[in-house]
Amino acid sequence: MVLNRKIGLVAGAAFLALSVSGCAALEPPKKNAPAIHINEDPYPSTYRPYPGVPTAIRGATVFDGEGGRIDNGTVILADGKVQAVGGPDLPIPAGTQVVDGTGKFVTPGIIDIHSHLGDYPSPAVEANSDGNELTDPVHPDVWAEHSVWPQDPGFSRALVNGGVTTLQILPGSGDLFGGRSVVLKNVPGRTTQDMKFPGAPYGLKMACGENPKRVFGSKGKMPQTRMGNIALARETWIKAVAYKKKWDDYYANGGKMPDRDLSMDTLKGVLEGKILVQNHCYRADEMANMIDMSKEFGYHITAFHHAVEAYKIADLLRENGICAVMWADWYGFKMEAYDAIPENIALVQNAGACAMVHSDDPNGIQRLYQEAAKALADGQRAGIPNLSEAVAWEWLTSNPARALGIFDKTGSLKPGKMADVLLWNGDPFSIYSRPERVWIDGAVMYDANDPKHRPVSDFELGQPGEGDVK
Amino acid sequence: MTVRSALAALLLLTTAPVSAETIAFINGTVATGDGSGPVQGGTVVIRDGRVVAAGQGVQVPAGAKVIDANGKWVTPGIVAGFSNLGLAGVSGGAEGANDIRARDGLFNAAIDVVPAINPNYQPIAVNRADGVTRALVAPDTAKSIFAGQGAVIDTGADMDPITKARAFQFVELGQTGADDAGGSRASAHVLFRNALREARELAGFSNPTAVRRERSEDVLLTRFDAAALVPVLQGKQYLVVHVERASDILDVIGLRQEFPALKIIIVGATEGWLVADRIARSGIPVIASPVNDLPASFEEIAATQSNVGRMLAAGVKVSIGMVGDSHMLFNERQYAGNLVALTKIPGATGLSWGQAFEAITSGPAKAIGMGGQIGSLTPGAHADVVVWSGDPLDPRNAAEQVFIDGVQQPLETHQTRLRERYRYLPRGDLPEAYRH
Repeated sequence: MVLNRKIGLVAGAAFLALSVSGCAALEPPKKNAPAIHINEDPYPSTYRPYPGVPTAIRGATVFDGEGGRIDNGTVILADGKVQAVGGPDLPIPAGTQVVDGTGKFVTPGIIDIHSHLGDYPSPAVEANSDGNELTDPVHPDVWAEHSVWPQDPGFSRALVNGGVTTLQILPGSGDLFGGRSVVLKNVPGRTTQDMKFPGAPYGLKMACGENPKRVFGSKGKMPQTRMGNIALARETWIKAVAYKKKWDDYYANGGKMPDRDLSMDTLKGVLEGKILVQNHCYRADEMANMIDMSKEFGYHITAFHHAVEAYKIADLLRENGICAVMWADWYGFKMEAYDAIPENIALVQNAGACAMVHSDDPNGIQRLYQEAAKALADGQRAGIPNLSEAVAWEWLTSNPARALGIFDKTGSLKPGKMADVLLWNGDPFSIYSRPERVWIDGAVMYDANDPKHRPVSDFELGQPGEGDVK
Repeated sequence: MTVRSALAALLLLTTAPVSAETIAFINGTVATGDGSGPVQGGTVVIRDGRVVAAGQGVQVPAGAKVIDANGKWVTPGIVAGFSNLGLAGVSGGAEGANDIRARDGLFNAAIDVVPAINPNYQPIAVNRADGVTRALVAPDTAKSIFAGQGAVIDTGADMDPITKARAFQFVELGQTGADDAGGSRASAHVLFRNALREARELAGFSNPTAVRRERSEDVLLTRFDAAALVPVLQGKQYLVVHVERASDILDVIGLRQEFPALKIIIVGATEGWLVADRIARSGIPVIASPVNDLPASFEEIAATQSNVGRMLAAGVKVSIGMVGDSHMLFNERQYAGNLVALTKIPGATGLSWGQAFEAITSGPAKAIGMGGQIGSLTPGAHADVVVWSGDPLDPRNAAEQVFIDGVQQPLETHQTRLRERYRYLPRGDLPEAYRH
């Protein structure tokens, strides 16, 4: 459509030019051709919710994902949306299927803000290893969605065992600028577009620390040091600012369209606030450097991922409105994780900054709720105040939704939001509980009591175990 | 005196500290690690670094130091069934802090992992503080299918970590073994057979490492490596084999037709459920990866979380280990808890609480022939006792007191010190570096 419009406009301009020839004396001052806007969504979501039936879950303990807890609660879903959440007296419309939630729990679907499912799928073979474009440290041009293999069996495990209904797939951290992320609904699709979360903004994966300097330093290329990391990133932002100015001028005044640059397109989107910066960064001192860099060039960092030292600068994160994306207890697997502590999440929460759990792992994504349980328990044991299960559930749903720019659509049980809902067979903070039923946009995508209601990827079909998620 | 007997004598002189105290843990919920469920109001008595008695109705000896465990759980410490614990302080990118794999080493089967173990590494302290008291520790393979000889260690805060040196030989015969052998499992198997053939020749000598003994000319292994396999061949040392694929498991079971004395333990066994009845008939114990449910490689296509449960139901002696993990062995109890959670999933096969706890305590101990010595509250066992804030299979609970050989252990770590330093962030009169 954009292409057609472009041709139409160009042809129109040519016609105009012809019709005024010969009347040079009367010609008004030359006007630029109007600017043509670039399509910013050339790989649009084709996700469509599957049908569901109006459902009311009654008698369950509800964590609403915004810090609220309702005992003996009622949750009503219809038309793909959360309709109402309340107590035992909440009226249930006629024709609604009622699920007895006695002894069970209801929560919003879990959101993993940091996954590589699809771009590093199972089985882990080189042929399908598509998460890091390590040919240059600056790759804002690559888009994770073009690497995602929708048949990765890991999606089904994350859904069924982990209750993950939304996830962000990020490029890896070998590059300083790793590329664009994609946010997916955890609904199997034939194409990645079929899974794309409608209306979710893009993210830009950036990285500091060991990985970029190791990957490129070992090739004798810049960056070889942390100062090299920053210098190269700054040089790139300088170009991005200039690129944005060129396009701003063009959009304001028209004329000759500037040359397009895919990398710069992404960074321009960041400078405009349309693309969210998801910044892999472990150490406190490096996060501070990244914050200063963002101010130098006028963009905002949405979240620091793997922020194992967030607890050291939780006040700085709060003041700058930056989320910390953390593991519960991973530590010591590399130098920049040497100071990881299990109270990290609770300390960040306590400082008033935005805290959340992530997996970065196809196994961990199946147990994010257990990570939250551990982080909560570790925080409470250390005497960190104002923690509760209802608060901890924010680490799993509403805070990641905010950091993905989709909190208006999902991440909590509020009327009008997508009915991305989990029914648990017990307290989800207990190791002995699991999701029993998962709704995404009001459609049942998993039911523990119905073997037909679980996904099996193409890869696993007809193989031993066949997508076994039990 | 041979080198080996000299080493053995040295080890006898440097055994870990043992407490002479008599301690009684009373009023706790007690689980002994033998497969039974927890009992409330139990008592555990230890003396001279050994367990005296555990259970309900146990008398508290006069003069015993009494620890009231009311509202707590008292159990044996966790035994990490298979690990790299103690071999690395940092698992990646920190030269000097990782001895897991002798990348460019000249020897393989002859390697004895003991000198690589550093009891002062933080992962020892962190896992100790979470109730892991013993571990089976193996090196990784490098240029051979044989990794060398692994040890059983304790995690005590002292300089004597070795419970049993050279407890087993570790060999890779799956995908890693195929890679180590040049790219094929067939090559790995012929390398294995050849190695044992060379060991057999040396076994005929009274002193296999003596250089004056001539060997055949077509040998591949160094004399030390071949000699290290003599006790394996003779069934005097365990052979721990890592395989995941069902067909690989059967090939390992089949080794005993040619080498009947082998005392095999299988680790990994992600596809074990496909051949569970045949593993059970072989009597070979399995130390399984607990919750592998992804077809993460072509040797794990049939992965399922029900694997451990199905093998157990078929009569396999299964416990839990974590191949390739040097840091997070404390997760074993969380994973064991996950196996219990499966009992509520229709169609899945889970474990009872007692089975799951056994799988991370006495299970691996029995597999390595140390049943009744570690991982258990059987009278006479090493007094490795943990007082937990609650059910240890729920990772929300923590180890509150840890005893190894009856010695109460410090639970402070680099992590706990950092937590206290940064608990409050407002600027003080001095920088954070002065808070210690």
